[in-house]
Amino acid sequence: MKLKKNLVAATMLAGSMTALSFLSAGAAQAQGALVMYCGVQEEWCRAMVTAFERETGIKVSMTRKSAGEVFAQVKAEAANPRADIWWGGTGDPHMQAAEEGLTVEYTSPRMSELQDWAVRQWEQSKKRTVGIYSGALGFGYNTELAKSNNAGELKCWADLLKPELKDEVQVADPNSSGTAYTLLASIVQIMGEDKGFEYLKALHKNVNQYTKSGAAPAKAMAQGETTAGIAFMHDIVTMVVDKAPVKVVAPCEGTGYEIGSMSIIKGAKNMESAQKFYDWALSADAQKLGAEAKSYQVPSNKSTPIPPQAPKMTDIKLINFDFAKYGSSEERKRLLSKWDNEVKNLPK
Amino acid sequence: MSRATLGWIVLGWVGFALLPWYGFDRTAVPTLTDYIIGGSALVHGLKGAWWLLPVLVPLLMSLRPAALPSRPDNSTWLIASGLTGLALIVLQGFTIGLNGWNLDILKVISGDNGPSQGGMGYGAALTSIAFLIVLCHGLAARGWCRGDAFVTSSIGIVVALIIVFVFFPVSTILASAFADNNGDFAPLEFVTKFMDRSIWGLDCLTSDLRCGVAWNTLFLGVLVAFGTTALGLAFALIATRTAFRYKKLLRVMSVLPIITPPFVIGLALILIFGRSGALSSVLWEWFGIPRSRWIYGLPGIFIAQLLAFTPIAFLVLIGVVQGISPTLEEASQTLRAKSWTTFLTVTLPLMRPGLANAFLLGFVESLADFGNPLVLGGNFEVLSTKIFFAVVGAQQDQGRAAVLSIILLAFTLGAFWLQHAWLGKKVYTTVTGKGDAGIPLPLPRRVALASYFTAIPWALFTVGVYAIILVGAFVRSMGRDYTPTLEHFLTAFRVEATERGFFFSGSAWDSFFATIKVAGISAPLTAAIGLLTAYLLTRQRFSGQRSFEFGTLLSFAIPGTVVGVSYILAFNVPPIEITGTGFVLVMCFVFRNMPVGVRSGIATLSQIDKSLDEASLTLGARSATTMRRVVLPLLRPAIVASLVYSFVRAMTAVSAVIFLVTAEYNMATTYIVGRVEAGEFGLAIAYSTVLIVVMLIAILAIQLAVGERRLGRRSASTSANPVAAPAIP
Repeated sequence: MKLKKNLVAATMLAGSMTALSFLSAGAAQAQGALVMYCGVQEEWCRAMVTAFERETGIKVSMTRKSAGEVFAQVKAEAANPRADIWWGGTGDPHMQAAEEGLTVEYTSPRMSELQDWAVRQWEQSKKRTVGIYSGALGFGYNTELAKSNNAGELKCWADLLKPELKDEVQVADPNSSGTAYTLLASIVQIMGEDKGFEYLKALHKNVNQYTKSGAAPAKAMAQGETTAGIAFMHDIVTMVVDKAPVKVVAPCEGTGYEIGSMSIIKGAKNMESAQKFYDWALSADAQKLGAEAKSYQVPSNKSTPIPPQAPKMTDIKLINFDFAKYGSSEERKRLLSKWDNEVKNLPK
Repeated sequence: MSRATLGWIVLGWVGFALLPWYGFDRTAVPTLTDYIIGGSALVHGLKGAWWLLPVLVPLLMSLRPAALPSRPDNSTWLIASGLTGLALIVLQGFTIGLNGWNLDILKVISGDNGPSQGGMGYGAALTSIAFLIVLCHGLAARGWCRGDAFVTSSIGIVVALIIVFVFFPVSTILASAFADNNGDFAPLEFVTKFMDRSIWGLDCLTSDLRCGVAWNTLFLGVLVAFGTTALGLAFALIATRTAFRYKKLLRVMSVLPIITPPFVIGLALILIFGRSGALSSVLWEWFGIPRSRWIYGLPGIFIAQLLAFTPIAFLVLIGVVQGISPTLEEASQTLRAKSWTTFLTVTLPLMRPGLANAFLLGFVESLADFGNPLVLGGNFEVLSTKIFFAVVGAQQDQGRAAVLSIILLAFTLGAFWLQHAWLGKKVYTTVTGKGDAGIPLPLPRRVALASYFTAIPWALFTVGVYAIILVGAFVRSMGRDYTPTLEHFLTAFRVEATERGFFFSGSAWDSFFATIKVAGISAPLTAAIGLLTAYLLTRQRFSGQRSFEFGTLLSFAIPGTVVGVSYILAFNVPPIEITGTGFVLVMCFVFRNMPVGVRSGIATLSQIDKSLDEASLTLGARSATTMRRVVLPLLRPAIVASLVYSFVRAMTAVSAVIFLVTAEYNMATTYIVGRVEAGEFGLAIAYSTVLIVVMLIAILAIQLAVGERRLGRRSASTSANPVAAPAIP
């Protein structure tokens, strides 16, 4: 009997010891804390955290995840929010969170310093999310492979339909990637829905793979796994800076863009710190950090210097992207299922 | 009324009257009085939390058998006390949440929001466990499981843990399969989602359209299960039955893939077979074979999963092959059977439990694998990635994810039943107390040759893959720029010597330490619970055994993403509020990896004759003693397997933890995934090599600590020493 008891007791003890050590380790200081979900590259996230901690003395706990993952987590945690602020990541999930009431309204004193597109995003979301950077959609091609394929120079969306590029274009699956959904919405807005879907069907013949992640085509181009790839231009620029033989293209027909956003989580436990961070993150000093961390998006504060490597927004023909319409979950579902049925299931 | 029962009754009181009933807010700093008495249920109850006071009733009930130990109806009192106690705690926990009543109807009745309470803490946990044990002791006193309180308590604990950490979270997410986007009940929506053509379509048979994702997954799973079982068997036979010179090396190499963080194998395969890969370039430049993308899709996933999961089959099979007693084979040869016939009709059938378990694990692993299809999938879709992107992708459709999870679950259960049917009721016992010659027979020539021909090329291939990985860590950018550099290691693991001692300034240190800590804690827990379960399943008979066994397998069958999301849904709100702690990571790993411990434990135990346990019991040892002195030493291969496996999986799992990591408990794999996403393959590979080295050291340490099982079998080379080591120390 004694042994049995010991065994059971030992198991229990081990269990509770782990519980104890972990629960107590989780205790953070009450004053000046901030829990942040970060949706951009690790390096940029860390730079933001360190700079903010240095500036304010508020201790930041940061977790980095992709925008979709953050949204899924914020939604799952809605009953008992863990995070205070959600900084970075493409605008769609931020808009959706605003639509579902997972984030709260906030008006920063810095709103007047921001570019129009950032303010528009904020107005469309009923003050629940604000633009912090933007990046235009585009494509790139591996110059070495393009030469061996005789694909010539590529300048427009239409060039991607060239027969020389059969099985040579890579783009993400819009069902899994916000980047590819931006492409879908942009093409529909540029060409109109019917013509747009004709284009996507024709493009389907040249697509070798619908990747899961939006930035994957940029990497595949750099590695020489595909000739052309559609992605956000700043993701392709990162590869160019890394000396890959890749050329970035701003399509001549015009293109859509994303607005990387920031929202305060509803029910945030450190509301004051969250607002402090919000104001700070909109300042030019904070937005400078992106370029230093090798992320070449265009910052939303007008006085932030635009990184020289960043694609010049003035050279890009940007369309008037309707974030409210194409960000709504109904329109999204409709377009995605239409794409699934009419494009993805087509034979090659 | 034993002293143990009394002890648990006391602990129940301690949990209620002394320890803090509620967990602490993470932002609060608790004082000493919060820990002792001040935060206890008794104090809370008297201060206005009236719903805690009824728990006193079962606690008082348990005192009656303690006060009057010799009454015949004591068992009834114990059972009643345990049951009422558990029921009351569960009831109050689920009806009163953080924001008042959890059921809207109660809000209507009471007219206000109702009282609120936080998540349960140590006190609640201890009292609940005490009630559970008291209940089990009462049942044992009633004569359940031959009156063995150890067995009933073990069953009770394992069942409770499975209910809390498997059934509860999983049912939370599966419930969403039947809900529409607003959370209302919508069974019709379930049917439409379930019957979708993208899941069940068979277009690929008749046209060049794609088949449904369910068929893809099933096909891949069967293929991988066959492949891993065959390769695992070849390795196991070579390692145990031949005089192959590089056995040790072969063993280490076959284990390498299992300790490789995800994405890395896929990445390496792309660097070899991809369109610009090393091999493709050679083939194109020397033989003019055009470059192609064949690696993206079924072939790529298949190769990567074979690489990744063969070690599991090997670990399961080696214990079984080792355990087969030569006696039966000798008998067969004495009866003039050729060695090939002996192998076919005696050895192979005796391996059946091992083969079936290896096959099952290969199949289930392939179904749940996430990293490889993500990197190499191309346009070949499988359920696990589909589920992940249904949750985090542009669709944000949790209901769809739940529907797909149900399909995945159904496949796993199907495999489970098939395995059971195939094994049937035959007996596979060969480790008995009787003596035998102890020298395993050499393999028949053609089996040996076949093993060599499958295992050695595969081992060489593995070496190639790892050479690529190793090179990748030390060059600037694999595939483009081969300048040697240590830059990746410095970025991740820089240590600076300051006047205050060493400062770990590398960006990977945080996640590295957290990973080691979580893996180090979860591995022994996993092995303990897994083997205990295996013991209960094979050595004890109780009603509901099948469903019990199924429950242990359940969390393994569900893809990590679903587990991750379900853990958030279930454990982010009271009564059990543990997200954001390291504890939730540990529990997630324990219950995801436990099935391997259970499986290898069952496979090994079904070989060990029950008469050994019975001899021990007859000699007066209790179940616990028998387990410690007889069963555990014989289980050493299974212990090593489950310890190694759970440690390694805790260090390499991605999809389940991606939702559970926090700033304090960031895991190495999520860090690596982030680097891969950012295109920093060099850093990702460098970090992975460090993890591989750490895991190798850990595996060696585990093997040293647990030791080898001594079965009284001698290998031909050591037969110079005729004294067989005793089977039982």
